[in-house]
Amino acid sequence: MSRKTLTRRQFVAATAMSSTALIAAPYVRGAYAAGKLSIGFWDHWVPGANKASTDLVNEWAAKEKVEVSIDYITSQGNKNLVTIAAEAQAKSGHDILAMPTWWPHANANYIEPVNDIMDSIIKENGAVNDTVKYLGQANGKWLGIPACIGSQIKGPCSRIDLMKKFANIDVQAMYPAGGPPKADNWTLDTFLKAAEACHKGGNPFGIGLGMTSDSVDSAGAFFSAFGADLVNAKGDVTVKNDNVRQALEFYKKLIPLLPPDVAAWDDASNNKWLVSGKGAMIMNPPSAWAVAKRDAPQVAEQCWTHGFPAGPKGRFAPYLPYFWTTWNFSKNKEAAKSLLVHLSKPSSIEKCVVASGGYDLPAFEKLTTLKVWAEEGPPKGTLFHYPNPYNHQKLSIAASPAPPKIAQQIYAQGTLTKMALKYAQGEKMEDVLAWAEGECEGFMRS
Amino acid sequence: MADVVVGQASVTRSTGVRKRSSLRNAVKHKSTVAFLMTLPLIVLIAVLVLYPAVYSLHLATLSKSMTKFVGLGNFQFLFKRETFWLVVEQSCIFAITAVIFKALIGFIVAHFVHNIPAKGQRKWRGMLLVPWVIPPAMSTLAWLWLFDPSYSAFNYTLSFLNIGPVPWLGEASWARFSVILVNIWIGAPFFMIMYLAALKSVPDQLYEAAAIDGANWWQRIWYVTLPMMRNIIAITTLFSLIVTFANFDIVRILTAGGPLDQTHIFATWAFKVGIEGSDIPLGASVSLFMFPILAIAAIFILRDINKRGNEA
Repeated sequence: MSRKTLTRRQFVAATAMSSTALIAAPYVRGAYAAGKLSIGFWDHWVPGANKASTDLVNEWAAKEKVEVSIDYITSQGNKNLVTIAAEAQAKSGHDILAMPTWWPHANANYIEPVNDIMDSIIKENGAVNDTVKYLGQANGKWLGIPACIGSQIKGPCSRIDLMKKFANIDVQAMYPAGGPPKADNWTLDTFLKAAEACHKGGNPFGIGLGMTSDSVDSAGAFFSAFGADLVNAKGDVTVKNDNVRQALEFYKKLIPLLPPDVAAWDDASNNKWLVSGKGAMIMNPPSAWAVAKRDAPQVAEQCWTHGFPAGPKGRFAPYLPYFWTTWNFSKNKEAAKSLLVHLSKPSSIEKCVVASGGYDLPAFEKLTTLKVWAEEGPPKGTLFHYPNPYNHQKLSIAASPAPPKIAQQIYAQGTLTKMALKYAQGEKMEDVLAWAEGECEGFMRS
Repeated sequence: MADVVVGQASVTRSTGVRKRSSLRNAVKHKSTVAFLMTLPLIVLIAVLVLYPAVYSLHLATLSKSMTKFVGLGNFQFLFKRETFWLVVEQSCIFAITAVIFKALIGFIVAHFVHNIPAKGQRKWRGMLLVPWVIPPAMSTLAWLWLFDPSYSAFNYTLSFLNIGPVPWLGEASWARFSVILVNIWIGAPFFMIMYLAALKSVPDQLYEAAAIDGANWWQRIWYVTLPMMRNIIAITTLFSLIVTFANFDIVRILTAGGPLDQTHIFATWAFKVGIEGSDIPLGASVSLFMFPILAIAAIFILRDINKRGNEA
């Protein structure tokens, strides 16, 4: 038996060849050759909507040979926020995690930038709105990919019949299905008159003034319509200005026209108000209408989702985007980014929007005119203007344009709704402003 | 006694086997065995209680971005905040009022139950314990529906008497009343069952002697029942005070701290600041604020109980 000795030269050559072969050769993979990927998606309100994301992930996983596991994390009781905080503390968790609004910025130090994929996604799907840029970017880095799942506009959802009967406003004519809005007269003055008429008619508007998201978002849009910023983009406290005073005066007129218990409302209260048939208008994504379709079809048939009234500084609608983020301690960042690209393809986004019955909103400008919004009903076209197809209103978030870490405090503490309530309950204007100024100064800590 | 016997036996053994026998002795030693048996619990407490407590102490000393050590800076910041002092005031009102009423109602109901003939007593005890046995998150949800801003069952009932509608959760004083009421409803049965156990352990001879001395109903309670129940009252009150100060679920579900922060207590405000506001160090500081105060109260109350125990 002869024994061949391996020279140093032969060894180096063999190593180099085998390395080249491994890198350049056709990708021969077994099952799950590309490793594991864990995903934490937001648990959808709409029954069956989670299935669309599961199918999309499985389709990608089968192609890429990745073993995936998905957790659907509810936002009930802020379970998703607790999960985000826990994973950031533990430096361990899902490879992809859905984060709402402020949380990418709050965890920016632990997040993997996704500029490398975001640029190509924008090229394919169109530009994103300013609120997505404000919430999703830090120092030029994209912190996450805007997720259509869970993203929403909380615009007015009006009762067609009650608005006609009491306020003499035809919301369908103002926001016609299939056509651009004819809503130049839909201003805050018209809104107040309509609120008064519906209040007198026994079907008041249902706009919360609690500390939960729906109440704060509505207040944010009304404050923005007056240009009432508590803190400007540079981080200076600007509470004591006439725009804020005007916004508080507006709320002082509005609050007596709302149900007496709005200070205690949470995010379910306005939905119940509409579904019960008591309310002529609420500010909400189409989830309330979807529940009415199931529980009170006669109410759902009269619902029409449309744009916000315009104020002296423009027309603003509350917009809450979700982001899909990857931790910088994630074990499979490449696979995570590959999946995010797959989920952001126009066909994937359309699947999710359809599965959610039109609830989910893509952040990209080329994807605001999908068929589903024109076709959903009854009444047909009720959601046509929900995704802001004509850029008729500016999508914004309460407390912007303050730097996101300060704005998050203003938002979480419900400073805007508290100011409105304090002033409406009889506190002096300057005392309310001084209180808010003190609060905002406290939010500056870093 | 057993320890001494084991100790004497070991002396008689030769030095060659001393090492082995000392191990055997250690195992035979009652305190060693006791320690080994409690070790799993000690480990559990260390992992689930001690570590989080130390970690939250550590968190409370960090800046908002958690990148630098600020010592007591978070507490200094809190002391300057109006809302923080509002939370301190409300937590004290919430805990002290609720504990007083729980103790009072528990004491009265325990007497009623104690006086029910033994045959029917068990079912009353069981029924009265129901509020304490149901998971608080569930029962508080039921209360939320009763207090619901727009569809309150209470208001519906009161409307037949031309009363209301009462803003149970929409107006500060009513909201405070509502959260305290629910806390009392859930917690009073615990006091009742503890006091009932204490009442049953008071010897009948003492009441007989008091009756012979001509003591009336009030004197029997004041000079016999209360002194005999002193330790159990102290322990129950301390325990309940700690648990009530740390309450989260009732306020979170009913009002989430509103309206206008008027029902926030330490735990709910810590959650608001720490989790919803992404300021975990400040949230940790809020939740730790009561710890030294309650710890000092606990030391005094437990020392008093020890003293009385020794006197006995």
